[in-house]
Amino acid sequence: MAKFFAITIIVIAILSAIPILRHTWVAPEDISTHGALIDEQMSETMAEAGISFLAAQFVLAFFIWKFSNPGPDAKIKRFPGGAKGLVIAALLVVGVEVIALGIFGVKAWANVYLTAPSADAMPIQVQAGQFAFYFRYPGPDRKFGPIHPELISEGSQNFYGLDPDHDPDSKDDIVTAEMAIPVNKEIHLLMHSKDVGHSFYVRELRVQQDFVPGLDVSLHFTATKIGRYEIVCTQLCGLGHYNMKAYLNVLSQQDFEDWLKKEAAMQ
Amino acid sequence: MHDMSAHAVQHHAPPTSFIRKHIFSLDHKVIGKQYYALALVAALTGMVLSWLMRIHLGWTNAAIPGLQSLSKTGAPGGVITPEYYLQLMTMHGTIMVFFVLTTAPFAAFGNFFLPIQVGAEDMPFPRFNMMSFWVTFTAFIVLMASFFVGDGPTLGGWTQYAPLNAVGSVGGPGQGAGVVLWATSIALFCVGQLLGALNFIPTTLDLRTKGMSLLRLPLSAWAWFITSCMGLTAFAVLMPACILVILDHVAGTSFFVPSNTVINDQLQPHSGGSTLLWQHLFWFFGHPEVYIAIVPGIGIVSHILITNMRRPMLSHRVLIYSMGALAVLSYMVYGHHMFVSGMNPISSLAFSFPTLIITIPSTIIVLIQVFSLYGSKLRINSASLFALGFISMFVSGGVSGFFLAQPSIDIMLHATYFVVGHFHMVMGVAAMFGIFAATYFWFPKMTGRMMNETLGKIHFWLSFVGAYCIFMPFHYLGMAGNVRRYSSFPDDFLQPLIPVHRFITVAALVTGAAQLIFLYNLIHSRFWGKPAPDNPWEATSLEWSTATPPPFDNFGGKHPVVYHDPYQYGVESSVGDYVMQVSPEQVKTEQEEK
Repeated sequence: MAKFFAITIIVIAILSAIPILRHTWVAPEDISTHGALIDEQMSETMAEAGISFLAAQFVLAFFIWKFSNPGPDAKIKRFPGGAKGLVIAALLVVGVEVIALGIFGVKAWANVYLTAPSADAMPIQVQAGQFAFYFRYPGPDRKFGPIHPELISEGSQNFYGLDPDHDPDSKDDIVTAEMAIPVNKEIHLLMHSKDVGHSFYVRELRVQQDFVPGLDVSLHFTATKIGRYEIVCTQLCGLGHYNMKAYLNVLSQQDFEDWLKKEAAMQ
Repeated sequence: MHDMSAHAVQHHAPPTSFIRKHIFSLDHKVIGKQYYALALVAALTGMVLSWLMRIHLGWTNAAIPGLQSLSKTGAPGGVITPEYYLQLMTMHGTIMVFFVLTTAPFAAFGNFFLPIQVGAEDMPFPRFNMMSFWVTFTAFIVLMASFFVGDGPTLGGWTQYAPLNAVGSVGGPGQGAGVVLWATSIALFCVGQLLGALNFIPTTLDLRTKGMSLLRLPLSAWAWFITSCMGLTAFAVLMPACILVILDHVAGTSFFVPSNTVINDQLQPHSGGSTLLWQHLFWFFGHPEVYIAIVPGIGIVSHILITNMRRPMLSHRVLIYSMGALAVLSYMVYGHHMFVSGMNPISSLAFSFPTLIITIPSTIIVLIQVFSLYGSKLRINSASLFALGFISMFVSGGVSGFFLAQPSIDIMLHATYFVVGHFHMVMGVAAMFGIFAATYFWFPKMTGRMMNETLGKIHFWLSFVGAYCIFMPFHYLGMAGNVRRYSSFPDDFLQPLIPVHRFITVAALVTGAAQLIFLYNLIHSRFWGKPAPDNPWEATSLEWSTATPPPFDNFGGKHPVVYHDPYQYGVESSVGDYVMQVSPEQVKTEQEEK
């Protein structure tokens, strides 16, 4: 039974590794300027984690095979390296491995979170609420009008609680249900939640950020490939969480300007 | 070395009435069994909930016979609604994390065996111990009551993020009374576990018998001691956090709801609360909780493996120090649950490094356990199979921690099935394997009867292969971006992943059914199992030196004297290849040779 167990462990380990090696289920192609570093970090971590996983399972299986149910004359032997060797190995190999991963990973993280958006980045606001995203473009004045929470009304389609009659900055604000951005243009995304926690996740863009009710947070990114991508909520926000989504349309500059004009006309 | 045995214990006479003997018992062994029974009921409940969830995820419109009678609105015609799915999911997580993974390895086995392993006749505060169980039991009843109150249990997940947990019923079904019951239950649970920790710590420090130095404690006892130290600090933070949630609901406070919250077009009557405050409080408990669930498993599995390897671990001390390091580091890593929460991004880096460093003590534990197999005389039985399975699962779940420890990778994997796969393997399945190993190993001592080995092995094979079939694909789903906590997958990019979900569902149903073999074995063996000898595994620690099952005062009025380190195996003695801790027989040991 021990030998069968050892074989089972090895078979499971190999079967587990096959979909990884064959890239059966992977993230879609990256369409951001910052994503390459994240993907690289992921591959390096996969290599190290994969080797650790296979090595540990194989050694476990080998020892189970070799040392189970020995004859009555078998003598207890001690692993030659002893505990000291193992501790040193863990400190050196795993310690160096994880610290290196951590240090290299800082750059990928810093790219997204520790750099400021450039001065000409395009500001877009996204508001999350149960169970929809709404996007706001500041219009020609490049200023967002203030939000009046008491005026928010889904029924009258005042999703942001704007008061254009009294706030001049709100007059040219454009509110949309889909997000469109020009390709190769840096976007400064201002994130606001009107009710509970939500999240903004676009796999292709290598972006995931929670909305924090009561605290506006921001992100900046540049999309490099024209296309239509799904934005989904990843923070449990209530019964319609699974269905909270919107689309991100990455357009050419001209198409984007046409789209924005059309949306402005519909306000 | 301590000699506290005769003085420090609060003596209490054997009970005579049925109620005192079996219900409101002060005996740590009865309380341990009560905790085990509670964990068993909770585990079966949690498992049935997971079946319902899995059926719904594989076949969203499937009508489940009889489910309508449990909730007419949640499952009209037996088809689970999206909100009911979230309610089942929340209850599954809460029941499993608190009432199974905390109670079984720590409270159940720890209660029964810690006093015996240290050579005491009971815990120092038996009344607190009894309260600990009954408060925990009440917590479970309060939680289960939410199925039958108002619009059902809370749907906010076991993490109960703010402000959804504090806005009241306007937030969705179960967010009113459901949340209040959840928070009340968890606050009570914390009280129960704090009372438990208050007993475990002095039991270990003050009630050790003559000759039982700290380093002569078995690894299981060390694990329970370290876990109780974690419990004392972690539950002490979660309890007030839950009280603040209750106050937000019933007293008009706004600890967790900020100003300007608008739900259903209504400005909510709250202001000034902080949603991130909840996350900090919750995860300050939540990450140590992962180790509260797994450290007892590490100790128990080491204890069982040593007995079955017929040799001590390569280093007793290094294992103890490593478990201690896990406990200390567990408080410094909690922010890795919050990398993309909106917390300061510099904090994310600060939490990332301790998270990566915690891999080192984890690796040392695995290396010591695995390389101790080298040159051993490994006995294969149900207990050792589950103990070895624990190592395999701990490794598989542990390596995915490499990914989640890094903020940059977490951008892609956070809130996906990768996380679900990671924690199910490392703290769910591994801890469950620890519980199973402990059950097969200690059942004879607890009940006086042996469990059926053949059924135990069948149970192991189905569980081991089944658990991999369920939880390894979770990682693949996560890598493809499959978001967790979705009741179905309407997004275009999730559609191709549905066949994987169906495979997992079938595996979960089969693996779950295999647990019924364990249940049958447990109940059948309890009444009709082969009578157990005092020391069926030829083991050395104190629990095997007393009668089976142990008498009321554990050692029949005697105070055991300890002469040896806990694991004197691989020696030549008058009884075989081992010397019990209480045996005065002097033999040449491996340690002495060294």
